[in-house]
Amino acid sequence: MAYRMVCLMKQVPDTRNITADVLREDGTVNRQALPAVVNPDDLFALEMALDVKDKYGGEITVMSMGPPAAIEVLRDAMSRGADHAILLTDKKFAGADTLATSHVLESAIRKNGPFNLIFCGRQAIDGDTAQVGPQVAEKLDIPQVTFAEAIEFLDQDDIVIRRAIEGGFERIRGRIPLLVTVTNAAANPRPPSIKRKMFWKKAQTRSSVQSEEEGEMLERGLLIPVWGLAEVGCAAEICGFQGSETWIKNVENVKLTAHEPKSFDTSETGIKELINELINEHII
Amino acid sequence: MENGVWVFIESDSGTIADVSLELLWKGRELADQLRCELGCFIIGHQVSDAASDLIAYGADMVCVADHAQLVHYLTLPYTRIAVELIKEYRPSIVLIGATSTGRDLAPRIASHMRTGLTADCTDLQIGEYKFGKRIWKELLWQIRPAFGGNVIATIVTPETKPQMATVREGVFRQPDADPAREGTVVDLKPTLTEQDLIFKIVERVKAEKKVNLKSARIIVAGGMGVGSKDNFELVRELAGVLGGEVGATRAAVDAGFVDHERQIGQTGVTVRPNLYVACGISGAIQHRAGMQESSRIIAINTDSDAPIFSVAHYGITGDLNEVIPRMIKAYKEKD
Ligand SMILES: Cc1cc2nc3c(=O)[nH]c(=O)nc-3n(C[C@H](O)[C@H](O)[C@H](O)COP(=O)(O)OP(=O)(O)OC[C@H]3O[C@@H](n4cnc5c(N)ncnc54)[C@H](O)[C@@H]3O)c2cc1C
Repeated sequence: MAYRMVCLMKQVPDTRNITADVLREDGTVNRQALPAVVNPDDLFALEMALDVKDKYGGEITVMSMGPPAAIEVLRDAMSRGADHAILLTDKKFAGADTLATSHVLESAIRKNGPFNLIFCGRQAIDGDTAQVGPQVAEKLDIPQVTFAEAIEFLDQDDIVIRRAIEGGFERIRGRIPLLVTVTNAAANPRPPSIKRKMFWKKAQTRSSVQSEEEGEMLERGLLIPVWGLAEVGCAAEICGFQGSETWIKNVENVKLTAHEPKSFDTSETGIKELINELINEHII
Repeated sequence: MENGVWVFIESDSGTIADVSLELLWKGRELADQLRCELGCFIIGHQVSDAASDLIAYGADMVCVADHAQLVHYLTLPYTRIAVELIKEYRPSIVLIGATSTGRDLAPRIASHMRTGLTADCTDLQIGEYKFGKRIWKELLWQIRPAFGGNVIATIVTPETKPQMATVREGVFRQPDADPAREGTVVDLKPTLTEQDLIFKIVERVKAEKKVNLKSARIIVAGGMGVGSKDNFELVRELAGVLGGEVGATRAAVDAGFVDHERQIGQTGVTVRPNLYVACGISGAIQHRAGMQESSRIIAINTDSDAPIFSVAHYGITGDLNEVIPRMIKAYKEKD
């Protein structure tokens, strides 16, 4: 059986290495200054989909909701072996919380047609919520397996998945259609093929190519479809900022009081003083 | 029992998860402030005995869904039972632990109820919210560090119910049991459908929790400044000598220096040891959220401007590769 798969991927600011250059005077992070990367867990999700495709056959459609720049995620996914890519972008999608995001993704998945398996990363490093996957599954009215580490068995509709739980794992058996969220303990993402990378580097959305180039781009398969509100067919009230039920009341800068710790120098004597103080105060 | 505060009680083989009890403690406080009742629901097998404990810990009402096939968490039946309860009792607040179970269940419920959900809150309060001319009294303030440096965001869910939040273990304290407390127990006697059981657990391997950071008196934690997995041995050695546990930042966990269960912070464990030694840790807000209430904090960092120094009681500006061995030596040479 060839499987129809959708992989949901997101572009995120790389919060893994916030260096001093991206900090503002007040200690807040200048988000724009962080490099944009494919959300790390999403690459593991794509790998799991590619593995199903390699073993059993099938087609993978990658979708990413985000600003036009998120096309980079789709180029990356295509270079690694995905079959189709769709960019979900619209001003109306902006400012979405996880609930509003799940509405857009649900509509886009339905619009894309029948599916057997949906993959997403366990969580995105800019929010760490791990909410979007389960919220999409609920909206599609299909089961979910979160924190998946491997698909251990797949035959027609039957599936066995190993998923992480606190301090161990579970093997869980059921039937597809199913949404799976994948952790970084799953098989390592394969690198993009150089050839595909060179090719997909040129991929564009229709709005960003000159009209005289359009025909040729289309013929070569380099035009990445863009779905906005109209194409996705989702009501504006449930998307983006408007569709979000969590509202930000306020954001406060945490003022680190100019509190001075008692300092000790790094010499043996300095450290000895510290250790003695701790011992005298019965801390150690 | 409408408009109450509700807590999902997670249990494993009859033992209630710490985080669920911590949420009962906070839930009690919120319910008292809102002058409403505190309800909770527990789903599992042979969990009926837990009901009286939950009342002793502060619940006014306990709904028990006991069924042999619910012995371990399963997304579909747990969600269905939770959603039916929420529709029947219409709580205004639902709190769930941010465990692997809670993180599977909470978004599923929120999506079904089309309501907001805030993950990994580090505080919950009741307060008002004004937006233009509109004003809401007594909303749940869902407080968490926001990505963007030293900022804390307060999030509200004004227009839909229930207001939902998840919280990690250790953020709130454990309630004291009062065996004299009274409350009601509702036995739900759930019946399960074929659709509920479309997924079954065929094997479950769960090691006893190896690390218990929460109850450690001394924690030596390492960050990216430690440099490598091998070099983390230094941190382990200091922890060993002082009789403490090893902790880490998310960055150090992501880099593979140590296991995820040792992560301290907003999306890890919250700890309050007597002594916290931060080695090569910058002190990002998400990390501080999980350790700043430690009684004593020592910061070792090459950068004297690192934010960790502002929460530290003792500071050493220097290279941990020199400092840690000297600390070990000084401690061994004491007396
Ligand atoms: C949604 C979200 C949730 C998060 N949750 C958490 C969480 O739960 N816990 C958490 O910890 N983080 C969390 N983070 C990440 C957090 O923002 C920081 O990125 C992280 O805490 C930084 O870890 P670090 O201090 O180890 O690394 P860095 O910030 O890279 O700091 C390394 C420090 O080591 C010092 N150093 C370097 N070499 C040496 C040396 N030889 N000797 C001494 N010092 C040295 C440097 O001066 C620097 O200050 C979260 C982030 C997001 C966006």
